[in-house]
Amino acid sequence: MNSAAFIVIAILTLAAALAAATLRKLVHAALCFAAAFVGVAAFYFLLGAEFVGLIQVFVYVGAVAVLIVFTILLTRREVEEDRAFHWSGALVALAVFAGLAWAIFKSAGLSVTATAIPGLTVKQIGEMLMTDYIWPLQCIGLLLTAALVGALVLVMEEKR
Amino acid sequence: MTLQSLLIVSAALFCIGLLAALSRRHAIFILIGIEMMLAAAGLNFIAFWRFGSQPAPPTGVMITIFAIAIAAAEAAVGLALVIAVYRHYRTTNVDQMNQLKG
Repeated sequence: MNSAAFIVIAILTLAAALAAATLRKLVHAALCFAAAFVGVAAFYFLLGAEFVGLIQVFVYVGAVAVLIVFTILLTRREVEEDRAFHWSGALVALAVFAGLAWAIFKSAGLSVTATAIPGLTVKQIGEMLMTDYIWPLQCIGLLLTAALVGALVLVMEEKR
Repeated sequence: MTLQSLLIVSAALFCIGLLAALSRRHAIFILIGIEMMLAAAGLNFIAFWRFGSQPAPPTGVMITIFAIAIAAAEAAVGLALVIAVYRHYRTTNVDQMNQLKG
């Protein structure tokens, strides 16, 4: 539980996320999105959930970011900059952050530090997935299959 | 590093995602904002699992794993929708997608 590492990761993650939300060039913003998710994965590693961090890197940086870059390239036009930016959204986001921060600072018992825990092994996670969480796992499998088929149907050429 | 500081970071990440989803007019960026909000929620689950009374069953870890899988499915379908709409209207600006009947 290194607080210096925590501060560095927090600054990098939030800066990359802010860049992804505000940069004009679409490809730059997509790369910043990938960097932000590497930062979130680093948080998972710091918190002792190594398996989730690895999944985060595989799924988001490996698959979703590449998918986003492909979509940007497939839908590219002569103007590939997104100029429209609604400042009312920034106001709403700031108001929501103020509300959340107020709730977090007002809540008692949140300033705890972590106690040492035995590491969560992949074997434990696998056993839990195959026993307690078997039905959610099956539902996720069904959902992923349906999403795959649905995505293929959506991007098929329209019959004229 | 306390639970409070982690919750502030994840609240900030959530609000940046909200900013991207509300302010940008490009469909892909709205999707990116939604992904950021989902990641902030996952970070909260892991934080509460880690800072809760130990030893605790890893429920937060399990929920985060499932949330990542659902976010991947959502991204795939959302990006397929963006491509399908682009083919039809030649635009990815959500302000110009204002017809239900193409």
